[in-house]
Amino acid sequence: MALNISMDVNNGVAKIVLEGEVDASVSDKFKEAVEKAARQKPNRLVMFMDKLTFMASAGLRILIFAKQKMGADVNIYVIGASGPVLNTLKMSGFDRSVYVQASYVD
Amino acid sequence: MDSRIDFYPTHEHSGYKLRPGKPYPFGASLVPGGINFSIFSRHATSCTLVLFEKHASKPLVEIPFPHSFRIGNVYSMVVFDLDCENIEYGYRMDGPNDPANGHRFDNSKILLDPYAKAIGGRDIWGKTPDWNEVFQYRGRLVFEDFDWEDDHALETPIEDLVIYEAHVRSFTRHPSSKVKFPGTYAALVEKIPYLKQLGINCIELMPVYEFDEFENSRPNPSTGEMLYNYWGYSTVGFFAPKSGYAATGKFGMQVDELKNMVKHLHKNGIEVMLDVVFNHTAEGNEKGPTISFRGVDNSTYYMLTPEGYYFNFSGCGNTLNCNNPIVRNMVLDCLRYWASEYHIDGFRFDLAAILGRDPRGAPLPNPPLLETLAFDPVLGKCKLIAEAWDAGGLNMLGSFPAYGRWAEWNGKFRDHVRKFLRGDKGMVGKMGQRVQGSPDLYDRNGRGPTASINFVTCHDGFTLYDLFSYNGKHNEVNCENNRDGSNDNFSWNCGHEGDSESSEVRWLRHKLVKNAAVLLIISQGVPMMLMGDEIGRTQKGNNNTYCHDSDLNWMDWSLVEKNTDLLRFFRNMIAFRRAHPVLRSPTHFQNRDYVGSGVADITWHGVQKWNADWSNESRILAFMLDGRHAKGGAAKDNTIYVAVNSYWESLSFSLPDPPSGKKWHLFANTGVEYPGDICIPGMEIPLQNQNDFLVGPRSAIILLAR
Repeated sequence: MALNISMDVNNGVAKIVLEGEVDASVSDKFKEAVEKAARQKPNRLVMFMDKLTFMASAGLRILIFAKQKMGADVNIYVIGASGPVLNTLKMSGFDRSVYVQASYVD
Repeated sequence: MDSRIDFYPTHEHSGYKLRPGKPYPFGASLVPGGINFSIFSRHATSCTLVLFEKHASKPLVEIPFPHSFRIGNVYSMVVFDLDCENIEYGYRMDGPNDPANGHRFDNSKILLDPYAKAIGGRDIWGKTPDWNEVFQYRGRLVFEDFDWEDDHALETPIEDLVIYEAHVRSFTRHPSSKVKFPGTYAALVEKIPYLKQLGINCIELMPVYEFDEFENSRPNPSTGEMLYNYWGYSTVGFFAPKSGYAATGKFGMQVDELKNMVKHLHKNGIEVMLDVVFNHTAEGNEKGPTISFRGVDNSTYYMLTPEGYYFNFSGCGNTLNCNNPIVRNMVLDCLRYWASEYHIDGFRFDLAAILGRDPRGAPLPNPPLLETLAFDPVLGKCKLIAEAWDAGGLNMLGSFPAYGRWAEWNGKFRDHVRKFLRGDKGMVGKMGQRVQGSPDLYDRNGRGPTASINFVTCHDGFTLYDLFSYNGKHNEVNCENNRDGSNDNFSWNCGHEGDSESSEVRWLRHKLVKNAAVLLIISQGVPMMLMGDEIGRTQKGNNNTYCHDSDLNWMDWSLVEKNTDLLRFFRNMIAFRRAHPVLRSPTHFQNRDYVGSGVADITWHGVQKWNADWSNESRILAFMLDGRHAKGGAAKDNTIYVAVNSYWESLSFSLPDPPSGKKWHLFANTGVEYPGDICIPGMEIPLQNQNDFLVGPRSAIILLAR
């Protein structure tokens, strides 16, 4: 399954919506969205993953990249991750580096 | 980056852009725009890099190293524009196939990089491999971007450690563990609250370097049960974590999962020690498979006989040539990598006496590898622990070259405690040494009691409960005609071989397990306990369960309820040790008063106070630790009195006077049924009779002066 990504930045909040699967073949697309968001210097990055069904290590690497790229002052939120995606975040310990939430209110 | 000309390709092969690589570091390293591949071989005549797409059967491309890319004995090359997430790599080496002269090159084999940081091919535990696959153990790249936050090695003083030896899979594989991903690093994280409650502050993991559970796997002809290389004492790759222990191994994320486990353990004050097996590899003898070292440079990596066969000091077919400078550097690079990339707190070296042998197998007086490790700056705060013997008959217990750093698994502690507890005569004098941290072995060259890793049981041999349930080993299910495993167990079945319905037998076994806990935890040195001993885990009399992926090895968590008395006893004993510095001296006792307290740091007693019975027929050990001498007089602590009666009848012990103004309080008495057997530290019960104590048959007491 392909990966669909949309991104926008409003009032200093960058939002990335991911839909489908993140594996090595499409991780560059994800990385580009993070880079694009980073260029606008947001103070918060929110990634919606409720429609994400799978994330391989390549996807996780992009999350780590996002954290490093944005800097320590920018909080990163992962919203709606469930099933294998949430498991991957937890088992690799990344759930401790970002805010993992079921939902997000502006 | 783009402005740097040294990141531009200079060569091309089949459309792949290349340039000469950097010889260091060995292995595959990410560099801007590409990957630097570097591998050593002294005797190869040429080398080819073989690249695969992940899981593919056929190579994507084979790129011979151009002649000009070799520097000395190192082949190095940068390949540009590779998809790091999707690449697996190996090498073909050309060279002489001349076993008599030590060379076994075979360019039909695709070889694993000795420095591979992750290995594919055995991604999921127990998934039967396709043996027709030409490339079984597949080098992969890793990203070293794990978010450690502020984590670092804990650097707990070694005398303060209580080590828990565990097997990653066995710890949580049993259905009773009720974890989400049984048998994995992630599952171990779920069980950290249990470890914290137990009170241990160091977990020593049986091998987690990539190994192949299918090495020498075979079905049990009687039962059909598959027997595996379960424990993992046979390394495939020294730099790569065992993928099959990671719930995320199928996604190639074992590195992250293991690091996350270490980070969580550290957050809970628990150090992580790895059991490392540098004495041999999974390639076995001349009949074994060619995986890596044999095909990369056989005569460098292995100790060979003059005829070109493999020395077998490990008992496993081959012996790594650890004091060859190339191999020595590999071991050093490996340990530095684990200490720096995985934040590992210490290492226990399997059959470490081998590391002190020269390339022909002779013991070295000053082994360069052991010295190098002891003085290495990156390993400067790591614990280094030796299993100070090998399968070739070299036993260096007490004489292992320490360089002020190395500690040893104390096999004499194990044997003497076992013999003393089962009631052998002639053991009291020896026990006098063991409880002091074995000064007879270590009070020289500045080695203190912390050179002694005390243990009664470990993965090799009986569990503690089986030690008192079986007179002999019962290894028939290993399918080696019960010939494997040690015959020197010094065990006692308490009158019935194996499981018993008799409450009397069970009571005696529990009492002896508690006596062992007393001697282990109360002794100077560093206590190490075996996973599950705190809840009476049994291996049904099997003292060598190396091949069983079954409840012979899996920890049965229902025992937490069933043997709650044992668990509580261990917890309180560990808490007692951690509460009392007098039990954790970094230096040996002097058997004299050097702080002016009026009594020596340790004094010896018997059924009569101040009158120890060291005779051959004696089976009692009683001693008092003066709290004013704690930590060499630097700490103030309570005075503690311990009496162990290994005689089969009750004996009345007259008690030495407690320090002036203090009274004796009872902390533990294994001769009393649960819950009267032990107190919570700090809630010891004052004794009515301050002069005498009737210690039950085969029982131990601990008193505290307050």
